[in-house]
Parts: sequence; C-alpha cells; structure tokens
Amino acid sequence: MSDHAPANRKVKTVIDGREIEVARDTWALDAAAKLKIRIPTLCHHAALTPYGACRLCVVEVTKGKSTWLTTACDLPIREGLSICTNSPAVLAARRMTLELLWAQAPASEEIQALAREMGIAKPRFAARGDGENRCILCGLCVRACEQLGAGGAIGFTRRGVERTVDSPFGGQATLCIGCGSCLAVCPTGHIRGIDRAGQRRMSTWHTEMEMAACESCGALFAPLRQLEHLRPRLAEHIPIVKVCPACRRAKAAKETTLPARPGAALIRNTRK
Amino acid sequence: MPEARMNCLADLRGRQERARVAFYGPKVRLSVGVGTCGLANGAGDVLEALRDEVARRGLDFTVRATACVGLCEMEPLVDVLAPGLPRVFYHKVDPARARDLVAGLAKGLHHGDWALMRADQDKLLVDLPRSLTGSLNGLAAVPTFEEIPFYRHQMKVALRNCGFIDPLDVEEYLATGGYSALAKAMESMPPEQIIETIERSGLRGRGGGGFPTGKKWRACREAHGEPKYVLCNGDEGDPGAFMDRSIMEGNPHAVLEGMAIAAYAIGASYGYIYVRREYPLAVDHLRRAILQAEQAGLLGINILGRGFDFTVRISRGAGAFVCGESTALMASIEGQAGEPRAKHIHTSEKGVFGRPTTLNNVETWANVPVIINQGADWFAAIGTKASKGTKVFSVVGKARTTGLVEVPMGMTLREIVFDIAGGVAGGRQFKAVQTGGPSGGCLGEDQLDLPVDFDALTAAGSMMGSGGLIVMDDRTCMVEVARYFTNFLRRESCGKCTACREGVLRMYELLEKITAGQGTTADVDLLEEVSRYVADNSICGLGKSAPNPTLSTLKHFRGEYLAHVTEHRCPAGVCKALTKFTILTASCKACGKCSKACPTEAISGGAKKVPALIDQAKCVRCGSCREVCPFDAVGTE
Amino acid sequence: MAPTNLQTQAPVDLAAADAVIDSYQADKSWLVMILQDIQEAYNYLPQPVLEHVAVRLALTPSHVYRVATFYASFSLTRRGRHLILICDGTACHLRGAENLQEELTRRLGVAPGQTTADGLFTLETVACLGACALAPVMMIDGTYFGKLTSEKIVAALERFAAKEAPDA
Repeated sequence: MSDHAPANRKVKTVIDGREIEVARDTWALDAAAKLKIRIPTLCHHAALTPYGACRLCVVEVTKGKSTWLTTACDLPIREGLSICTNSPAVLAARRMTLELLWAQAPASEEIQALAREMGIAKPRFAARGDGENRCILCGLCVRACEQLGAGGAIGFTRRGVERTVDSPFGGQATLCIGCGSCLAVCPTGHIRGIDRAGQRRMSTWHTEMEMAACESCGALFAPLRQLEHLRPRLAEHIPIVKVCPACRRAKAAKETTLPARPGAALIRNTRK
Repeated sequence: MPEARMNCLADLRGRQERARVAFYGPKVRLSVGVGTCGLANGAGDVLEALRDEVARRGLDFTVRATACVGLCEMEPLVDVLAPGLPRVFYHKVDPARARDLVAGLAKGLHHGDWALMRADQDKLLVDLPRSLTGSLNGLAAVPTFEEIPFYRHQMKVALRNCGFIDPLDVEEYLATGGYSALAKAMESMPPEQIIETIERSGLRGRGGGGFPTGKKWRACREAHGEPKYVLCNGDEGDPGAFMDRSIMEGNPHAVLEGMAIAAYAIGASYGYIYVRREYPLAVDHLRRAILQAEQAGLLGINILGRGFDFTVRISRGAGAFVCGESTALMASIEGQAGEPRAKHIHTSEKGVFGRPTTLNNVETWANVPVIINQGADWFAAIGTKASKGTKVFSVVGKARTTGLVEVPMGMTLREIVFDIAGGVAGGRQFKAVQTGGPSGGCLGEDQLDLPVDFDALTAAGSMMGSGGLIVMDDRTCMVEVARYFTNFLRRESCGKCTACREGVLRMYELLEKITAGQGTTADVDLLEEVSRYVADNSICGLGKSAPNPTLSTLKHFRGEYLAHVTEHRCPAGVCKALTKFTILTASCKACGKCSKACPTEAISGGAKKVPALIDQAKCVRCGSCREVCPFDAVGTE
Repeated sequence: MAPTNLQTQAPVDLAAADAVIDSYQADKSWLVMILQDIQEAYNYLPQPVLEHVAVRLALTPSHVYRVATFYASFSLTRRGRHLILICDGTACHLRGAENLQEELTRRLGVAPGQTTADGLFTLETVACLGACALAPVMMIDGTYFGKLTSEKIVAALERFAAKEAPDA
C-alpha cells in the first residue's frame, strides 16, 4: 500500500536501543546524529544529496521479522524501523568496506587512517593499478559540481572496475568555473588544485583559468569564470563579484561592528 | 488491404471472427518459424523456397513467417494447416524438402514420413478447439503433440501463440481471440475488479523477483502523481535465457494487450518497452505490432472508442546487464547511464521520470490477458501454494534436447531435465543445473527433486530468475562456472557501490587464482567471506545476488574447490593450468576425429591404426579432442 | 573557451546527427536511442558529434560522455566494416565458446575489442545473443551462425571478406 502522509508528520524510531521522534523521511544518519551517535561516512556531505555509494555507513535495520544491512545516509525514517549502528555484522561489513577501499586507493592516507582505526593492519587484497590511486569513486565531487558548482563540468565515466571520475573526453573540463567545491569535499585527497601566478589550476580536470583582482585591495581572490557564473545569480547590489571576502568582511564589520576575521583563500594548495 | 480502425467492441468481435475464418479457412496455410533460432538454422532459405514454390505452381496457399515454437534444436520447423486435416509440423526442413512439401500439398498429400508431430486439436491456442473432417491418411503414424516427450509435460500459457501465429499480422492474433481480454476488461470490469482478479490469480513477477503482480498494480493505482507509466522489462540479460525474446518475437501483441489492461486498471496513459539491443528481431516485431495495434484502434488515443488512451514506445538498451534492474532500467529510459539507486521509496510511488510506475517483465505481461479471459480461479488452480501458473524455461547447456519449455509451477527440476529435455547429451553424467542466470545458483543431483517454485528455489540458494536453466555434465568444472559468472558480473557491475565494484572484482581474482591452481584453503575462506559481504552490502539486485553462483557452488560442490587448492587438480578436466590431455592408447581406434578437431595441430597419428598422440607443447588444453572422441579415449591427468 | 581536444579532430559532417536528433524531437530522454542511431550512421561515436549532441539536447558534455562510455555497445573509436560478435553466454561457454573466440583471434590476429589492420573486422565478445539452444553462436552484421565450429568460422570469414573483394 502506498503511503502519502504529510511530509512533516513525526515518526518514532529506535536507534541503538534509544527511542527518538523525527520528521518522517528524515535520513537515518541525521536521526542518529541527533542522538549524538556517530556513523562513519565517506560519500556523504550535509550540503549534497545522499548517494549511498561507499557503503561505510551501513547499519542493521529491523522491520517486523526481517533484518538487513543498509546505508544510513539514504535511508528515510518511516514507521516501524529499528536501527542498530554497531552490531557485529555492521562492524564486520565496515571493516571489509575499508579493506576494499584501501586496496582500491592505496595512496590515500585518509582511508588508511580510517582502516587502522577499525583495526585493519593491512588489506588482504593486492593494491589496484600502480598503487598511486587516491580516488574511491564516492562521487562527492560530481555532486558538488552538479549542486554547488558550475553543474556537470565533471562526471563519472565507464562502469564497473573501469569507472572513473573525469572531465568530458578526458580533456579540458570546459564548463569548470574553478570554484573548488570538488576539491573541498574530496575525502581522500585525490583532487588537485593550486593558485599560482595569477591562475587557478585544477590539474585533475586539466583546466587553468585567470583569477580576478579585488577592487578594494587588489588581491587575487576568485577565478573570473566563477564570478561570471555567479553574477547573473546574484541580486545586483551585492558586490560579491568585485570585492574579495576579506574586504567584504572588513566593510561589513565597519557597518555592523562585528569583528572581522582574516579572509581565507577559497582554495588551499594541496599536496605537492 | 488493411482493415479500418475499430471504434467499438462490436467492431472487434466482427474482425476477430473474420480473422478466424481466414486462419482456419479453405486455404492451405504454411508457416516457418523464423525467430532468431530458426534464422540461425537456415529458416530464411526455407521460407523463401516455400514462397517461390507456391508462386511457381500458382497455388493459392498462404505462406506465413512465424516465430519459435520452442523446439529450437529441430529448426527449421514448418507448420502445415490444411482444411479438415490435423495440423502437422515438419522438422529440420531444408529448401529442397520445402519444395517437395509444397508439391505434395498441391495434390492434398502430406509427407507423413518426414513429419515430427501433429496436433489434432488446437488446444495450444487457447479457446480454439476444432474438428477434423478429412482422413488421417498417411498421418496416423505421426505422433501427436501430446505424445512427444518434449511437449507432453508442457502447458503453454505465456507461450500460447509463439510459433503458431504470424507475429507481424495483428489479424492472426485476433484470430486466436487476441484483444478479447482488453475488451472484456474495458467493457465489464471496473479497474478495482481487474486488480483484484490479478491479485487473486496469485500471479508473481516472472523476471525473477517473484513480487505479487496485483500488489504492484494496486500500489501504483493508489499512488499520487500524473502521468503514470506502465513499463515492460524486455532486457533479458541473463546469459542462457531467451524466454522473453521468444515471446516478443513470437507473440508481441500479447505483451501489448497485457500492458494495456494494466494501464487501464492503474490509470496510466504511457508505456515503454525496454528491449536489449542484442534482440533486433524482437525490437522489429514489437515496433510493427505497436503500429498495427495503433492503426486498428487497439492502442493510442480512444482505444476501441472507450475513451481510454494508452501510448507505448520502445526504448532500446545499449548493452548493460544492470539495466535489467528496475531503477537502472528507468534511468536508461530517462537518457542516463543505467545506475541503480536505493529503493527505499518504491517505483510504484516514484518511478520513471519521478512518476508512479508499474514495471513487469515480458512473460508476466503475456500471462495477463489469459488470466482476464479465463479468470483468477483458473490460473490459481495451476501450480503450487505460493507460485501459481506456469513458468517458461530455456533449457540449454548439456541437455539432450535444448529449447524453450513452459511447465506448470511445482514440476520438479528432474522432470524438466530428464523427462522433457531427455537428460544429458552424449550419454554423459548429470552434474548440476543452474537456474536464475548469473544471479542464480547451481544445484546438484540431490536437489533435483526441488519443485519449480519461487520460494523453494530461493531457499536452496538459487532462484527462479527469469528462467534460464542450464544443464551441466560431469565435464563441467563448478569452480570454473563460478569464475565465469563472476567475471560476467565484474564486467557488468555499474561500479557505483564499493561492495559490488570492489567485492566482485576480488571474488573474481580469487576464483582466477584457484582455477589457475595457485589458490590455498585460505583463499577459499576469503572468497566465502567476501561473497557474503557483497550479498549483504550492495545497493541493487545485481550486487546482492552476484555471489549466488559462488556461494551455491561452495555449498554444494565444496569438494571440487578443495581439489583445486589442496590437490592442485581439476576433477572435471577443465581448468587449463591443472589439466593435461592424453590419449588412452588402449581405447583409441585411430579414427582421426581428434586430430581433425584440434585447433593447433597438436595431435599426430590417429589414422591407419596408429593411435593418436598429443604434443603437449602445442596443446592449448581446449578439450576439443575429448569432446569429439567417440570412444572415451582422451583422458585427463 | 573552446576545448583544445576539438582541434585535433578532423571536421565531421553533423547533418546525419541532426537528422537523428530531429527524429526524436531533440528530446534528451531519448539520449540512449539517439546515440545508438548516431553510431549506426557514423560507425562509431566521434567526439565532435557527441559534443554537438550535448548542445542540441541541452545536456552537459560530461553527461553525454558518461552515457557513451557506460553502455557496452558504444564505441568512441572507429570500428571495422563488419562486426563479429562471439557469444560468451553460459550455454555457449559450456559448449566451448572460449576456444572459438581464441580461434577467431588466431585467424584475425586481433583480440576482442580490436579491429583488424585492414579495417575489415571488429571482434567483440557479447554476453548473450539469446540463441542458446544453438550454442555456440556468433553473429556477423546481424547474421547468426549457430552450432559454431572452427570450420564454420573459416567459411564465414571468407564469405564476408569476399563481399569486399570486388571494390578492393
């Protein structure tokens, strides 16, 4: 039977033995967070739609007589669900996930740290490829580009073990605006970008673009393309496209008496 | 000259009657099965010869192209329907024989000595008994349908018209009562009653999952959102399965009629049929059937003047097994890569284009008109407690008679393999039967008395699947079979989730290692551990069921795994790294067959009473010599 | 802003692609079908054509690229004049498809996925052609060859090579 309850209806659920009432269709991950129960994730980001790819956030769900493992990030809470986030089955599954990811992305220190935390000394599987890979195909960058950035400058390619994240045709990501969202959300240090000599270079996507100078202080603060992308989306009186964040804050501080914080670069230089 | 569009139910009844008279009319009707199997066996030339000979003799015969009647091995098959005489089927017809057949029929004579079987009554065509007026002269010795072991235990419901009617002519479908069920539904059954009928019939999804069809329809009917969609899954991707291809090629209107009935009951106005690109003939037949149905007023706008609109379009897959998975199939229809998503929200609520959607597979749709015509009780009387009706299987592999069979649920696997398919080919010993394709499992001799039943097969670690039934003999290595399926799934995984992408890869690597003779018992244990992980942690059905071939062979044939890792031996003599072929000189009769079959010219002798000898340096371990040897003189070590 | 990789491509006539796109009313939900028809017309999916498809359907190039690389039947490189599909479905596998594929590889000198140097044949393995009762099976340009043997392979290759001979 289909169920068309109003979206704001409250439902009760039990997580690790503790009852909680949440709005229907709240993600299980968020419901657990309300109880301060931490579930590890890799492909999840609060600002992006859930994807359920990395499988690290599996939990054991019981409904009626059946019990199964499923990811918490994309499980909407509905009536009659009881969730366990740390059963032996859950922990064993997480360990195997990390062991597989370690062998897939042997160069990622982040994965290794997580795996060691779970008690894995060394994966039982041979490292894939040349051992230099860091990407675990979590798709955060793709979603960030789609939902926060230019939209579709990068994407998945091929399938199965050949799947990659890449720019179209492996060439220049022509739609990339250099916003750096992909880099900011990447959990494994795979995506590279650097600001150098007046240029923003997203080497992973084979793109390089000019930086704009702040009208107020003259500092290079954002790629021109990103500002062009933002301009039509902003109300005209907002000077965001002309002034760097630091100067904006300074100006705002003067007007509102809030203390100014030093402006942070939008993008930080990554390894190497 | 095509008939006009039908605008009311009376139009339909009149046209059905005219079609029936034409079908069983005064003319001799010859037909050849030119489905994919038939064509691969030269049926196209036979059809041409029949047409040419009929024209050359100036005969007023009807020559028709039909599809597969299921006995693929006996193709090309010619079906002769002459007034007053039983329906006679000829097998393995070549163009010369086809011409002789026409010559005989021109004088009103059958070639009883060439005939495969006869059908005195068209029981197979639902609702159409007919009486014979002519004599059985020369045909008395021809066995009837019911006497042929291959057909004796079968019951044709989904396959009812396949091979018996010309799928490219809507009139032939109408002649067999086609579209009566749609008419009945629109005329006398409120949508609620249609859904209730399907629910009561006990029909469950034939694509493998076995979900109750009526329940699916009801959820979609009750879901909010417009428009609603009705989809047909014709992406039969299981290697070794071709039931759905046969129905789409041989009886496309049955699928369309089933979909139209559901659309009417659910309140859907659009439908898609998703067909894999490897089935060009099925695509062509469906496309033409849709066009004819639209012209006849059986699809499209204002169907049969009842104010009901239903438009169907075909979406062709582009080569991705995962698109058999419902959410991936819908993504593909929407123009995206076929990547599944979590199904916490049912497709009946949010399916294709985010709208309420009902998806059933080809065979399920083909059952619907029969259930509406015959009633829920009729259907529910066939089968087991929880699996009703019939199931179509493609029996292939090392079976003696390969082909398509439809049996009532509850029949045992043993009956299908031994009574219908005649057991194992070449007198070899039965070893296993694989059901459910790459998602299914291998069952051994001790499991053969399992009934064909959704729940019984799942409980045994296999599954009904879409209906591939692959017979394996003692020369099949079960570890290699697991490696084969796992390799297939590794290539077909979409790669979205870690469990399936990385897990199946590691399973494959371990199976490669074991079949290469380099595995250890620890590898077998790790294989089992990874397999269970993949089953529990994957997003979609492909991943969840991917370990079935491995887990079922580990369960039923563990000894064979252990032979590979502890004794470094492949008991079936298949794994190349562990097998060496030698000629058993004492049994060799020097017939020369092996040296002829050898692709690398590694076999010398084998003629003039000199026993054959295999040059191990040249041998590629393909086993062709062993396959062809009539004296079992090729041994393995 | 023009992608540099475009410049390395020879100019391609886009008229055939436009005809295909128009026949689907430039509806992006038909992308998978559109790409199949375009491949039919061009023999493969040239990059400039894919970029044009993206523009016409208002899709991003990465979306089109993703779909074109996801499905097994799409090829981004030119293929041979004849396409040989050797079936490796279960029934064919049990009846020796692997050996027949090796035979084809020996005869043609190419592995599955490759095209012969003369551009005549592309060899591909396929999961199942659905003619399992006649296993092992191969298909050349839509023609089925059932109960395949080494001898039948030789005959079939000669037949298709001979078709080319008059204009060669």
